[in-house]
Formats: sequence, C-alpha cells, structure tokens
Amino acid sequence: MASNFYRILSSKRNVGILSLVGAGSITGAVLLRREHVTASAHVRRTYPASAEYPDLRQHNNCMASHLTPAIYAKLCDKSTPNGYTLDQAIQTGVDNPGHPFIKTVGMVAGDEETYEVFADLLDPIIRERHNGYDCRTMTHPTDLDSSKLHSGRFDERYVLSSRVRTGRSIRGLSLPPACTRAERREVERVTVDALAGLSGDLAGKYYSLTQMTDAEQQQLIDDHFLFDKPVSPLLTCAGMARDWPDARGIWHNNEKTFLVWINEEDHTRVISMEKGGNMKRVFDRFCRGLKEVERMIQEKGWEFMWNEKLGYILTCPSNLGTGLRAGVHVNLPRLSKDPRFSKILDNLRLQKRGTGGVDTAAVGSTFDISNLDRLGQSEVQLVQTVVDGVNYLIECEKKLEKGQDIKVPAPPKGN
Amino acid sequence: MPFGNTHNNFKLNFKVEDEFPDLSKHNNHMAKVLTKEIYGKLRDKQTPSGYTLDDVIQTGVDNPGHPFIMTVGCVAGDEESYEVFKDLLDPIISDRHGGYKPTDKHATDLNFENLKGGDDLDPNYVLSSRVRTGRSIKGYTLPPHNSRGERRAIEKLSVEALTSLDGEFKGRYYPLKSMTDAEQDQLINDHFLFDKPVSPLLTCAGMARDWPDGRGIWHNDAKSFLVWVNEEDHLRVIAMEQGGNMREVFRRFCVGLKRIEEIFKKHNHGFMWNEHLGYVLTCPSNLGTGLRGGVHVKLPKLSTHAKFDEILGRLRLQKRGTGGVDTASVGGVFDISNADRLGSSEVAQVQLVVDGVKLMVEMEKKLEKGEAVDSMIPAQK
Repeated sequence: MASNFYRILSSKRNVGILSLVGAGSITGAVLLRREHVTASAHVRRTYPASAEYPDLRQHNNCMASHLTPAIYAKLCDKSTPNGYTLDQAIQTGVDNPGHPFIKTVGMVAGDEETYEVFADLLDPIIRERHNGYDCRTMTHPTDLDSSKLHSGRFDERYVLSSRVRTGRSIRGLSLPPACTRAERREVERVTVDALAGLSGDLAGKYYSLTQMTDAEQQQLIDDHFLFDKPVSPLLTCAGMARDWPDARGIWHNNEKTFLVWINEEDHTRVISMEKGGNMKRVFDRFCRGLKEVERMIQEKGWEFMWNEKLGYILTCPSNLGTGLRAGVHVNLPRLSKDPRFSKILDNLRLQKRGTGGVDTAAVGSTFDISNLDRLGQSEVQLVQTVVDGVNYLIECEKKLEKGQDIKVPAPPKGN
Repeated sequence: MPFGNTHNNFKLNFKVEDEFPDLSKHNNHMAKVLTKEIYGKLRDKQTPSGYTLDDVIQTGVDNPGHPFIMTVGCVAGDEESYEVFKDLLDPIISDRHGGYKPTDKHATDLNFENLKGGDDLDPNYVLSSRVRTGRSIKGYTLPPHNSRGERRAIEKLSVEALTSLDGEFKGRYYPLKSMTDAEQDQLINDHFLFDKPVSPLLTCAGMARDWPDGRGIWHNDAKSFLVWVNEEDHLRVIAMEQGGNMREVFRRFCVGLKRIEEIFKKHNHGFMWNEHLGYVLTCPSNLGTGLRGGVHVKLPKLSTHAKFDEILGRLRLQKRGTGGVDTASVGGVFDISNADRLGSSEVAQVQLVVDGVKLMVEMEKKLEKGEAVDSMIPAQK
C-alpha cells in the first residue's frame, strides 16, 4: 500500500529538508535551520509595492498594526520555496478588518518556511500576540511529562468537564491555507496510518468526511465531535476550506476520550477530554496519545513541525509554542456576576469563553475557562496554570456561597 | 492571485491521480467535462499572468452544485485563460451555450435602430425595463486573479472615462470605501448599491478579495445609466427605467456603451473582445453579448399556467424572482429576460425579449378574460 509519494526540495540553496519516502524506506529528515531558508524566485509583479500596499486604515488586527509600507515593499516579491507569498499570508487580515474590541491575528502561515521568509512581519506580530516573546533571542520549552502535574482533580460540584487540545503539523507538507489536494490527502494518509497503530484505551476508528454514513454522522454530532466546513471568514478568506470535504475526517478512540481532527484549520488537532474534573487523567492521556502518534509517524520517516524558537508550528501564529488550550466547563454562578471576575481571570492568565467555544456566549453561569498563553511556557506549566487558576476560582465561588469576601490574586511576576 | 494555487510548478511533483479533485458529488459544467486526461494535459500550463488550471476550477470544486441547477463551475482569470485552457473551456462553452463550436463566430450588433418596436409594452403589466452587460478592460487580469494594484488601476481608468461623459450621461462616481451614510442610503433606495459578494460561487473564486478596495458605483444624474466597477467583472453596465419602454432603455444602453468604449480605446485599453467569443468576461456563461435584457412583468395567471415554462423555453427566455438570480417571485411579478448570451447579437437578444414579453402580456390579458391561450403558444424560436 505504500504510495510512491515523494518530495525532494532543492538542496541547491541549502533549504535543508530532504524527505524521501518510498515503499517503507526511512527518511533522512534534516531539521530546518532558520538561516538556511532562502526565498524562492520570481513573484508576478506588474505594479510597484506602493500601488499594491493594502488599505488598512479601518483595520484592527495584528497584521495591520505591523505591516508598514516599508516591510511590505521588502517582502512582497519574496515567496517560500513552495511558492507561498506575502499577499497570500495576509489576505485573511486584509479581508477581515476586525472589531474594535477583539484583535485577531490577521495572517496565517502557508508552510513552515513562512515563519522564516516573512520573519520581518511575523516576529513583531508574535511578540505582540505572545506577551513580548522575542523569538530571535528566546527559546520555547516543550514538556509533555504529565507526571509533573499536581492537584489536577477538580471539585465536580463545579467542574462539569475537562479538556486539553493542541495541534500538530506534519513536516514537509504545506499547511491548510496553501496545501494542494495531494498534500492534504497525504496528511490524511500519514495521520490515519499512525492512529491505526494505537492500542489499549487509545484504540479507535477513523471517519472520513467524504465517506461517513448518515448514522455515523448523527452519532458524531450527538457526541459533539463533528466539525463542519468552516464558515468564519477568518478561515475561508485564508483558503482553508478549499476542496471541502476532500481528505478531512475525524478519528476517535472507542472510549470517546481522545479525538483527532484531520485537515480542519491545522493538519491535525488533538483533543483529550472527559466529563468531570479529572484534568490529571485528561492530561496523562493527552501526553501519552501525542507521544504515541509521534512515535508512529517517526517510524515511517515523518516528524512534526517544531523548532526551539517557536515550538510546534501551526497555521495561525496565535497557536505557536504549545498550541495548547487546556480548559474546563465550570459553573460559577456567584463569581461570574462579581465585577472583579474579569480581573481575577486576567491575573490568573486565564480566559473565559462560552460553552460553544470561541466567540460564543456562556449558557447560564457555565463558562469555558482556559489558559490565555501558548508560547513561552511549556505544556506542563500551562496546564498547571489552569489547574491552579480553576482551583482558585472554585475557592472564590465557595467563599461567596458562605458570604465571605474574595481577593483578586496578584498578577504573575513580570506582567 | 487566489489561494494555494500559484505555486503550480511545485504541485507538479505530485501525480495527476493525487491532485485530481474528487468530483463524484458534483453537478456543474466543469465537473461534467473535466477528466483526468484533460487535467493531466493542462495542469502544467499557465497564462502569461500566471493563472493556472486549478485556479480556473477551484470555484467548481468547492461548490458541488444542486441537482436541478447547473452552474458553470469555473472562471477565467484573464483573457488568455480562454485560449490556454481551451481543451476544458470549449466543451463547457458548448454545453452552456447550446452547442456553440470552437469554430463558430459571434456577431456583435449594438445598433439600437435595428431593434423593431419595443416602445409599446403595456406599463400596466411591465413595471420596469433593464438591460445589463459586462465589459473587461484589455491589458488587465480579471477579478478572480487581479492584484490590488491592478484593481485600483482599473478603477482609476474607469472613473476617468466615466466622469468625462456629458449630456444625458453626465454623472458621478461613488467609491465603496469612502461612501457617506447618506450616499449609501440613497443608493440602496435607488436599488443601485451592490454589496460584498456572499455567494460561495464568487467568493471561492477569489472575487471578494480586499473588499471594498477599488470598488464603486457610477451613475448618471438622471439615474437611468449605471456602472458597477470591480464587482464580478471589471465593469457591469446597466441601463434601466420604470415602465415598458425597452426601446429607449436599449438606445441609452448602446449609446452609453459606445461612448465609454471610445474613451477606453483612446487610453489604449479597449474592451476584451474577439470574433469567436464576443465580449470576454469572468464567467463563461456571460460570453458573447454578456447581455441580460429584461423586464419586471406582472403575470399572475400565465405564471401558473401548466405550460408557462415551456412557453418561456420556446421564446428563449428565462424567469427569475424580482431580487435577481436565485430569488423567488413576489406577487406574480417575474423578472423575464433572454436566456442566450453567445451566438446571437445584442439586437437579436433584446428583440426576443421585446417580442416574447409582448406576447405573454397578450396571453395574460386573455387569461384574465377567462379565454384559453393554447392557440397563442409560440413555436420554438
């Protein structure tokens, strides 16, 4: 069944990846080093940069804040080795001016090299979005040793469910904004292959969006697992919905506690979840599952996109680093009405969302509470932050129940 | 420059089977014509501006269509698309335009004097008359592909041309991005304002990029001649008025178009036209005349007659709701227009509308009196 799929990138300009996968052969994959990436040749240009510079006067997103005419002029005729251009990367931010209260990122990566070739624009965006993280000088810690997590069991009178998600990209294949149909199908093949090797509590099944039966679809909807074609213009304007539903699908284990989305906004989104407050078990399974999947793809000569400056490479710059969002659905009827609620969350480095996820409203007083940060701290650190923070919120709620007063915690040092 | 397809050479590393789109659920002209062989033959080609096969077909891949409505499923990114990808586009053009062959020639006739009648449609039934077409400016790429710089240059040139018009065509340009609220309300009330495309047929082809940059509306002071700049085509030109004087509407249409064309020619940017395809536009369905001449007409009885659709077919007309394409009719009022675009001239197409609507109004009147209309059903035009 091995495909004849292979990719050779030109080594002439020291691009640094040689990825050859044939019938069961092992790759000699070379880690990409920043200084070896060279922009590729000619991009069609009939007009000078000043005539092409987008009108961003009504815009409120990170791209619009940092894309000066000078940076545009410097980068507009460059492209990554695969041919992804600046105009493609910023299109979503040009088409979606944003909202005065909500600052979106406003650009995406089409491949791993985007972060290199367009670093003059992406580095300041990353700095703004990730709390001053300077990828030129700092390194990002990766730590998936879940045994280090402590106090990870919540009071289930308050916490209804616990969940940890992240994304992973397959090195050597373009990202959803830019991938060709063949690449997307290869992402699916590589991932499904790896997931088929999982066993024990992780054993499961793949449901391709193109071949799902009506019964399977209904079950996945009932389980709240099914993802649909993106409608958000933030995603569609970046080209991520092309060729839908070709090569998209959902994998989950038989116990329905470990779930992988394939080819939605990232190559893969990996989710561990369960009802109740046992975040420790959720995180254990998360780390174990991720490591297993990584081992499986490495056996076939593939690896995840990762480097020590940016951590795990994903489509949206906001998800760099850990790509991790650890959260709970928690009932906080009194605390959520307290005027100090937002400030408490801020100082705990947490954010609230409605129970439908990003950009939804809370139902009753049940909130989705998760970590704000993604880059610059490890997975263990971020999940610990959520654990400590949610425990604090529950303590506040209990105090308010007894008519006692609560304290706004001090912000973390350095903030 | 749509998404993900400009790195065409890189894509050639993958086999045809791996890149060929899954069209098994699709019902559009592109899906019916595109085979792996054609895909394999054309996928390494590009137009001089860099438009590729995958660019052409993306909208058709992303929009499988509906079992009852056959969309085209592809667009052109520039004038040369119709040449470079003719192995795909010629059969699509043939399917869409009644068997039009690659060797056929298209006749252009914008001499309004050649229209017979058309000034006597009963205004008790015909509420309004309208003729629209599109024009592409030679030397620029089309809305699916053009860059901001190009789009702005098209706008600048168009505004220059339009603001130099005088007499009955003297008017003003309203750029979408700097319109005041008052101007916007007025344009909405006049039914002139066009909005950012929401149809995925257009958005998946990349036509809404950078909205509203470079887009705008020009109309004459009398509000009877209107031009949209950089919507689905470079220019959409519309002549309209209340009532049934289609003859006058067509006169204004032809005169205005000719004046505009002269000005563009003086700037060395005439309209895209050739003797095979006529006027070249973004969607292959609009080739030829690009003309849709139509009326809003009250036909409450005739529209419920069992043979209404057959009558329309024989008259070479089509019906739409009063909101335009893909809308429903309101209160028995239909938008009736010509079905053909390519292979017959502007005069011939408007003639069919004028004659056909006149006949249908007569039939409506007969039905009002309780008389039968079977003897009036026309032969196939």
